[in-house]
Amino acid sequence: MAALEIQDLRKSFVDPAGRPALVVDIPQFAIDTGEQVGLAGTSGSGKTTLLHLIAGILQADSGRIRVAGLDMTGVAGLVRDRIRAQHIGYIFQTFNLLQGYTALENVELGMMFGRGLDSAYARRLLDRVGLGDRLHYRPRQLSVGQQQRVAVARALANHPDLVLADEPTGNLDARHSLRALELIQEICRETGAALLLVSHDQAVLSAFQRVEDLQTRNCAAASGQPAQEAAAPPHATASTGGS
Amino acid sequence: MSAAAGGLSMQVQRSRPAVLHALLLLVRRSLRQHAFSSLVTAFSVALGSGLVMAVFSIQKQARDAFTGGDVGFDGVVGARGSQLQLVLNAVYHLETSPGNIPWSIYDDLRRRPYVELAVPYALGDNYRGFRVVGTTEELFTKFEYQFGRKYTIQPGGVVFDPSLQEAVIGDFVARQTGLRVGHAFSPYHGLAFDEHEQHHEEYRVVGVLAPTNTPADRVIWIPIEGVFRLGGHVLRGTGEEYHPLAGEEIADEHKELSAVMLKLTSPKFGMQLDKEINKLGKTATFAWPIANSMAELFNKLGWVNRVLELVAYLVIVVAAASILASIYNTINERRREFAILRALGARRRMVFSAIVLEAAAIAGIGSLFGYVLYAVVLMAAAVVVRNQVGVVLDFTQIHPMLLATPLIMVSLGALAGVVPAVKAYATDVADNLTPHT
Repeated sequence: MAALEIQDLRKSFVDPAGRPALVVDIPQFAIDTGEQVGLAGTSGSGKTTLLHLIAGILQADSGRIRVAGLDMTGVAGLVRDRIRAQHIGYIFQTFNLLQGYTALENVELGMMFGRGLDSAYARRLLDRVGLGDRLHYRPRQLSVGQQQRVAVARALANHPDLVLADEPTGNLDARHSLRALELIQEICRETGAALLLVSHDQAVLSAFQRVEDLQTRNCAAASGQPAQEAAAPPHATASTGGS
Repeated sequence: MSAAAGGLSMQVQRSRPAVLHALLLLVRRSLRQHAFSSLVTAFSVALGSGLVMAVFSIQKQARDAFTGGDVGFDGVVGARGSQLQLVLNAVYHLETSPGNIPWSIYDDLRRRPYVELAVPYALGDNYRGFRVVGTTEELFTKFEYQFGRKYTIQPGGVVFDPSLQEAVIGDFVARQTGLRVGHAFSPYHGLAFDEHEQHHEEYRVVGVLAPTNTPADRVIWIPIEGVFRLGGHVLRGTGEEYHPLAGEEIADEHKELSAVMLKLTSPKFGMQLDKEINKLGKTATFAWPIANSMAELFNKLGWVNRVLELVAYLVIVVAAASILASIYNTINERRREFAILRALGARRRMVFSAIVLEAAAIAGIGSLFGYVLYAVVLMAAAVVVRNQVGVVLDFTQIHPMLLATPLIMVSLGALAGVVPAVKAYATDVADNLTPHT
């Protein structure tokens, strides 16, 4: 059973001028169980949109996404929420830690919405990423590298089948970023989770045996859509979007 | 549990999602993060619920204290007029006297076999605002102000001698005026204190009553003869003015009374007297049963209570509105948090519930403070009523509203939370996951 299967996936947004702009158009893409894939994507290749679609945060216009054999498309939001909580771990470029909560609580909250609270496992995960002595620190009290590792531990909290990582090392310097990458790869291997990591950094991508280029996979990006529009994250096109 | 050495590869089947656990953590943390506005809001809730509980409770307890309690007498006979005024005047020592009745009525009543006890009151003077009531020593020897309880004189005192200018004073009077056994005082004319109206006669305090927690604590008792002899009191009785001379015995036809307090052997004689005095007679009024007159008073004052209740309810509504506003204002700054929670797998209704629960929690905390406020208001009210009337409110009584109010408040709070909760519910995840600049 594949960790991820994508078929004929399409997603477009309405640009400020009111025209629909195709952002994602992927005919076929798959990741095997436990497989680790580096996805090369410059800004403008629709990478964040793709990850949001896989995670069920966004709804596809058409096509099919299956995560661990479960349909993410054509199902209710509630079902997507449950699949996301139980089968997907998400590492954000900005980490998206909950500021008011300790490192341990951040991991535990992920569990509470997923497969259920297992405090011992949360502690073991944080210990595994080297934060065993920082369990009760708030994100603000941690360095950027440490925050990133909390995010890694949280992504693994629910024994996901698939870990999505969006430029997870984008906020780290070169030396830290390779060590962080190593940690993510190791921990996914240990838990048996497949990994889909998006990066524009060649040094990061070279650590993967399988590297795919989103530019070629995503017909929307390759078909000459203006980079600005194609890259536009949803909030830029939403009517209430800010900057 | 099979933790592979150094690895994390075990799969443990865990309990179902700890949604309640997560909810409580979210609510607790949010309350702490917005501690100031939460507290201010909780305080407005406390005001509302405390007020509602106090209004209902004081209302009920005042009614009970004035209508339910045993006042020792079954009825009062006084001048023709309002039964309520008669009761307020003779039983609670409030209000002016409706007028006088001749001694003969007392003389007649006390000889009737079904009259267990008849005690005459003659009013008309005060000492620094405390009523001077002329009566007979039977009030101290035979009268039970509650079942089985007679007035007792505090150690070192005795009952007045009916033939001397002596006084027995209530406990509250003693504490307020400083009068003690052996002290002498001159009463002032009239029921209201006017310092220019002092009599020249002096009375000597011979006893202080033990506290009774009844209006009697606020009274100065003197022999009834004394009232007749105090200067400025005009006795008629025979149709013409009459001033007794010192040492002269006053004939019964000149004696006038403000009220005759009656204790009957059976209620059926109350009905008989009611017919005789109120329906057939034309010279006097018989207030019976005493509690009825007070109940009538409370019924008349019902609209005041309705207004107070309305005001209290309005404060509750305002408190609920302030819960709504204070949480609503935090929703925008918390959009990213909601988005992250949703990205972690929290459902929309989870975010919704967290906000509703937070609103209910503020209402609940406020209601707890409300009990404190309630207790303070009630104690203050009890002190005021006690000092003004001598009646003691029993605030150990639990009014049903003491339970209902917090429940109503929490429900209203939760309802108020629905508005910001809908806003949180609608938070778009993808839109709010990245920080806006």
